[in-house]
Amino acid sequence: MISLEDLSFSHGDGGDIFKNFNLTIEPGESWTVIGPSGCGKTTLLFLVAGLKKPLGGIVRVGGEKIQRPRPSTGLVLQDHGLLPWATIYENTRLGLKIRHYYGADGKHSPVDVEFDREKEEDRVHHWLSWLGIDHLKDMYPSQLSRGQRQRAAIARTLVLEPDLLLMDEPFSALDAPIREELQKVMNSFHKQSRLTSLTVTHDIEEAVVLGEKILVLSESCNSQAQVIDNHLFAAMDERNSPEFRKKCAQLHEILSGQRQISRGALQKGGRG
Amino acid sequence: MKNKATFLSTLTGVLMLFAIWEILSLIVDRPILPSPVAVVPLFLHGMWGELGLHFLASSARVLAAVILATIFAAPLGLLLGQMPKIDRVVGPLIAIIYPIPKIIFLPVIYVLMGISDFSKITLIAIIIFFQILVVVRDEASGLRKELIQSVKSLGAGRRALFRYVYLPASLPAVLTALRISVGTAVAVLFIAEQSLTSYGLGYYIVIETYQVLLYEEMYAGIMGMGLLGVLLYFGIYSIERKVSKHLFIQ
Repeated sequence: MISLEDLSFSHGDGGDIFKNFNLTIEPGESWTVIGPSGCGKTTLLFLVAGLKKPLGGIVRVGGEKIQRPRPSTGLVLQDHGLLPWATIYENTRLGLKIRHYYGADGKHSPVDVEFDREKEEDRVHHWLSWLGIDHLKDMYPSQLSRGQRQRAAIARTLVLEPDLLLMDEPFSALDAPIREELQKVMNSFHKQSRLTSLTVTHDIEEAVVLGEKILVLSESCNSQAQVIDNHLFAAMDERNSPEFRKKCAQLHEILSGQRQISRGALQKGGRG
Repeated sequence: MKNKATFLSTLTGVLMLFAIWEILSLIVDRPILPSPVAVVPLFLHGMWGELGLHFLASSARVLAAVILATIFAAPLGLLLGQMPKIDRVVGPLIAIIYPIPKIIFLPVIYVLMGISDFSKITLIAIIIFFQILVVVRDEASGLRKELIQSVKSLGAGRRALFRYVYLPASLPAVLTALRISVGTAVAVLFIAEQSLTSYGLGYYIVIETYQVLLYEEMYAGIMGMGLLGVLLYFGIYSIERKVSKHLFIQ
């Protein structure tokens, strides 16, 4: 579904984040990306989303080279990104409106998109009620709680029936109980839909809960993908089991080990 | 003013104003402060005749200025709000010009453009222009990057962003700016209409009535100008309530 080929990227100030980085994500897989802040997790997501362009190498999604946002990729950001002047219902319809505006041009909306008002309406109501916010559809974003807004942002994305779901720290601004609830929601969503997904997080538990594969990025330049297989994925109820704790500890160790290595490299005057 | 102005509260306000006016006129007891009992019938009668024409002339000038200013200021404000690099260059200039009372340029504009209707409209338009420019710019620069990015990820290109984000984001800002600046616009109109015109409430109040000591007629003119300000304010306010519903959530 996603393949990164010899990907290179660096920030303006010269520090390389990715150099000749390769990664393949198969259709139907649920991935999480974790790493210290500044390691390029969000950059990676934006590269896949087509909101950033790589310096070198190729990003492919569904076989095609990504040069601009791809119409059937869904993106949910930490900041819900809802229009403050539109109701939840109108916000959920926004993507559909944009597709109607451009027509099936293959650039802004998929070539094979069909415009059926009734089906669209059904989808809007389906996702609003599936996410438990159907009763809030006439409210404005400012009247909702953070968790509800994030649900609306997810509904808005899923209404477009994406074949790839990208999420950037979607739940990190939420309180713990609401965060866990939404993680549960996304778990059962993934089980039902088998939608390929890539979620960026800085929370170790979240990485274990949401990712059947976990990509660990390091603070210094990434050239080798460090991937952890995780069969505990979706084990929401086993959060306190020894095995779950062990997985989290393992991840924690990798992350803190990395930090020491990159610090050592800095002291020797190596690349930061 | 974000709380709802009802018909009843407006009526109460008007009645209170007239009551205070009546009391003051009784206390002062001089021709310069006639009673509303004498002025209101004169006003109502006048609005169907000569005074009405003055009222229409003034309204047309303010509305033309509003349209002129909006056409130029709204797109420019959007542009500056979304292009911080340009804004950083011209920002200091706008910050300096913004608080200057533009009425002081009246002689300059008269000399450059002649004492015509167009120069009066231009003067008022300049005042409204800076109000709209600043408010729309701040609104547009307040649109978070995340909002733009997530709308882009829904497939929006430049045109859809304009249609679904920039336009609806700046419309409430334009209306707020207009509502705030319309009072100043009427004040400037009052001064601009005092010279070389034969229709307009400013002309009527100063030249046709005040200078010939027709105080009761003068007050009819004052009521007309007051009404113009009130109508413009509440007109814009009611459009605002329709367009920017999210700002009036109870």
